[in-house]
Amino acid sequence: MTSMPLYAQLINLCAAVILLLAFAMLAQRRVVQLVDLFALQGFMLFLATLVMAFKTGQHHLFYSAGLTLVLKVILLPWILHRLVRQLHIKGEVEPLINIPTTMLIGLVLVVIAFNVAMPISQLSSTIARGTLGIALAVVMLAFLMMITRRKAITQVVGFLAMENGLFLAATSATYGMPMVVELGIALDVLVGMIILGVFFFQIRDQFDSLDIHHMEQLKER
Amino acid sequence: MISLTGFLGQIFAVALALALAPLLTGWINQCRAWLQNRSAPPLLQPYYMLHKLFHKDVVLAHGASSLFRFAPFIVFGCMVLACAIIPSLSSDLPFAPAADALALVGVFGLARIFIALAAMDVGTSFGTLGGRREMLIGFLAEPALLMVIFTMAMIAQSTSVATIVETLAHRELVIYPSIAFAGIAFTMVSFAENARVPVDNPATHLELTMIHEAMILEYSGRHLALIEWAASLKLYAYSCLGLALFFPWGIAERDNFLALVAALPLLLVKLAIGGALVALLETINAKMRIFRAPEFLGTAFLLAVLGLLVHLLLETQA
Repeated sequence: MTSMPLYAQLINLCAAVILLLAFAMLAQRRVVQLVDLFALQGFMLFLATLVMAFKTGQHHLFYSAGLTLVLKVILLPWILHRLVRQLHIKGEVEPLINIPTTMLIGLVLVVIAFNVAMPISQLSSTIARGTLGIALAVVMLAFLMMITRRKAITQVVGFLAMENGLFLAATSATYGMPMVVELGIALDVLVGMIILGVFFFQIRDQFDSLDIHHMEQLKER
Repeated sequence: MISLTGFLGQIFAVALALALAPLLTGWINQCRAWLQNRSAPPLLQPYYMLHKLFHKDVVLAHGASSLFRFAPFIVFGCMVLACAIIPSLSSDLPFAPAADALALVGVFGLARIFIALAAMDVGTSFGTLGGRREMLIGFLAEPALLMVIFTMAMIAQSTSVATIVETLAHRELVIYPSIAFAGIAFTMVSFAENARVPVDNPATHLELTMIHEAMILEYSGRHLALIEWAASLKLYAYSCLGLALFFPWGIAERDNFLALVAALPLLLVKLAIGGALVALLETINAKMRIFRAPEFLGTAFLLAVLGLLVHLLLETQA
């Protein structure tokens, strides 16, 4: 068996843990723990980017690793925690489909993602091209989470987790996006988060609940 | 060609399993008692128990058929066979070609079917309930266990347990995320299969929660002794399988008598640490409702499949 170099092993390990955390988020019933898992996923992403930065010596990867750490591990979870506290969200998130079924659907998605990514990653020449499949799977799992959750805040966490997956895909396939694009996306996510936070308050004031199903029966008065 | 060392090693491994299995159970019980701030039973308690039970008369229920009487022997035989196949000290086991890893799962399944049938045979409501619950757990645990074995078999390119262990013990130290996933899944499955705490509590006879104990309520005397011994052997077999798959270092190779001697203290140390960890995990977890068991074992299945997929994606290219 040919052995992989150590940094590739480390990146693969980080990617595998990110995938595992995506499943853990899918299975998580409580909002607070969900945010913690999201922060942890961000941290693993930071580690993976850092390892890749050290290996390739590309400066902008260091910057994007730092950006990940500040934004996804510290700032966004902090905002989310504050929102959860201020909105008095307690107890469990209600999934539309029960959790074991969601997990099985997730498993099918992972198989699809791996199959789709396999030929694409052959074209790439980066050290971590194997993780492209995992990145795609994380994106699809986050999608699934957004679809199967009822509450607005869990959907937002799903959206943020999707961004994590995209980031991983970008770093694994092409050593990251250009700095301008990355900064732009980071700013977008941050601003989006803040606007969505304001939306939460609006939704709750209007319907006394964060369940977005109330929004299906909107009428003009 | 069976070598003399292999033959001796095989005999020794089985004898060791028979002798050591109750000790492992006793050690776990003792650790559990310490962690839960109770005064611990003696380490040799399972041996006293077996001794007592073997000297008692068998009381058979009126409706018991011959199935009820020979089931303990079949269960015990299955567990001895399992212990003979799983490499605990040496991977040079002349008996190993008798069953590969997949057949090993079948051997455990055979034992489970007979103990569930025997439980239903007498016709008490508890026996039936226990038998049905056991089959539910088994039906959920088996695919997860098979997936774990598939992962390991794909890494080693063989389904024979001895070959898998040899391959794993001789590889360079490489981080395999898939093995980590498979390891967690295997731990969860072995807790469910051995009636340990998150799924079943071996120390209780509360009618609403018991699974394993409900099935063996009607047994007494030497039958009960055999079943208890078989339960210990199953725990020992699962521990050895886990150690062999995930911590294979120190297991002796072919025709190496010195390594065989060195493997024994190492196995004892590994089992002692493993047993203490089992006790710890049992203490920090609460027993869950039976209807949560599908979710628990579903997670194990998920982890095992993820391990397999991650192996295919990350570890086969490059």
